[in-house]
This record gives sequence, C-alpha cells and structure tokens, in this order.
Amino acid sequence: MVLTTPATIAVRVWRGGAAGVFQAFEVPRHESQTVLDVVTYIQRSLDATLAYRYACRVGMCGSCAMMVNGRARWTCRTHIDLVLQDRKDITIAPLRNLPVIRDLVTDMREFFDKWARAKGRFQGRVSRNEDFERIKPDDPDRVQVDAGIECIGCAVCYASCDVVAWNPDYLGPAALNRAWTLIKDARDAKTMARLRAVAGDAGCHSCHTHLSCTERCPKSISPTAGIAGLKRAVVSAVVGKAF
Amino acid sequence: MLWIAQRASAAVLALCVAVHLATMIYAIRGGLSAAEILGRTRGSAGWLAFYSLFVLAVTVHAPIGLRPILGEWLRWRGASRDLFLLALAMLLAGLGMRALLGVFR
Repeated sequence: MVLTTPATIAVRVWRGGAAGVFQAFEVPRHESQTVLDVVTYIQRSLDATLAYRYACRVGMCGSCAMMVNGRARWTCRTHIDLVLQDRKDITIAPLRNLPVIRDLVTDMREFFDKWARAKGRFQGRVSRNEDFERIKPDDPDRVQVDAGIECIGCAVCYASCDVVAWNPDYLGPAALNRAWTLIKDARDAKTMARLRAVAGDAGCHSCHTHLSCTERCPKSISPTAGIAGLKRAVVSAVVGKAF
Repeated sequence: MLWIAQRASAAVLALCVAVHLATMIYAIRGGLSAAEILGRTRGSAGWLAFYSLFVLAVTVHAPIGLRPILGEWLRWRGASRDLFLLALAMLLAGLGMRALLGVFR
C-alpha cells in the first residue's frame, strides 16, 4: 500500500478524573485503523497506565464509547479516516454527562440506574406453564419494538443529550427508548406503571426533540421517535382514564 | 398534567392569535380611532368571551413554558419555582382581565 497520509497521528487523550488535562501522543497510522486501535496502541505501547474500557471490538457490547473530537462515538467502529479528515490531530475524552472515574473510563451506574427507574425490566403476563404469545413479525406494535430493540447500551445518546446536561434527573434517551420498546411489547404487563415512571419532569415530557440522540446513535435507533410515542401513550392513558 | 395543558393552551392560542391579528388588520384598514374601537368592544359579550379565553390560554401557557427554562438555565427547581410561576400566572390573568374589562365596560 502506498501511504499518502502522514505516518503518525497526533492524539490528545484526557488524563485524570473530573479535573485533568489532555496528554499528547504520537501514534503510527495504519490502514482501516479505528479510534479504539489508537487508544489500545497508546495503552500497550506508550503508557500502560491509561485507563479505558472495551470488550467485543465489533460494535456489540457498547462499552467503548468516548468523545472523539467533541462528539460521542463508538470507538471500535469509528475509523480514524472519518474523524481525522482534514485535521492533523484527534482529541479523545471520556463520555459527557457521566462522572469520570479515570482517564477515558466513566461511571455508568447512573445511566443504568435510570433504565431501572424507567422500569426497563420486562415483566411477562403469563407463566412458563402457558403457551407462547404469538406475535406476527409485521404486527404494527412489534414493528415499533423492532425499531428500538437493538440498543447496545453504549450511552452515546446519553452523552449527546443536552437535556441530560441541563436536568440531571432526566432519564435520558436510552432508558426512555427501552421503556417504549416494552410498552409496545404485547407480552409485557407493566404498561401503566411504566407510563407513570416515564411521565413528568424526569421523563419523556422534558425532551426538547433536539434529535441529537437520533443523529448520534451508532445503531441508527431513533430514541426521539420512542419518546414521542411515550408522550402520546401518556396522553392516551390520561384521556382514557378521564372518559 | 402540565404537558397536556401546555399543548391544549397552545392550540387555543394558535387560533386566538390568528383571529386577533386578522381582525385587527381587517378592522384598521380605513383608519380607526380609539373611540370607534371602544364603540365596538363595549358591551360585546362575544369579544369578552373570546378575549377571556385568550387571557386564560396565556395564563396557562406562559408559566408552564417558563418552568423548564427556569429549571434548565437557572437550575431553579422545587416548590419556590412553582410558587413563583403560580404568582406569575395570577399576574398574567389579573393584567389580562383588567385590560379586557377596560375595553368592555
């Protein structure tokens, strides 16, 4: 291969906790190199004390998301070519809207606690002794579940959401998307409790429909659509109860 | 439910603002004096009802809209914010009805 690009990339990586500084590294450039490859190279070859998190490397586990040039991305499937383009350097920082533990590692507890607060756990209506629920793949509700079900919990949407930054109680796009997929799931029994959990100041009604989550979601899910669905479902439940 | 009240009042306001502007533009074409305006509004139960609805919609809509702005921009949440917004709602209702009764009586 003839390299027409510089042989190295200048990388600035966040070091420290909430207070910290960017540290500069020079990393060899390769073809088809991902941002995660760059971070791994730094940790293995330049500074073994760098803390970061990853597992699958193929976009399934949702553990390697970071801020790359100020934008939340899954680093294992983000090519350096995409984020470098005309730039000479890249900046890698821990995800926004989450407490930093060290370097590129954030504390994800609040993110997942909010899934629990949004009642993100499936609650079946039948026992194991009864027959399977039969749901057609083209059932309109099931189609909406399918549109949101592939979330890998990477928190890219959560880091991209301004409402989370402004209102720390806000459940966030991922938890609300999860609630939506369960509300549309015909087998689930907790719809009313879940609607109560996602209504109000911390829930779907605080969404400003900025669509940052939808634009940034690496799985091309639209949490915004799910949140809009939740707003409609809450109104239907309130109106249905009133009349 | 504040969100429903906000959406419903927005729908009312969309209609009220449109009627208000269209009526003003239509009525003022040939020039209109204050006395002529008062001549049309005084004792008109229809305009009283219309503008009462308008004032009510503003009273509901504006404080609910201000609520997240105060929370997200000024970090002002809790009971003190909601009491302030309640006072604002009453002020808007009071000023609006005062103006309305001023041209009705």
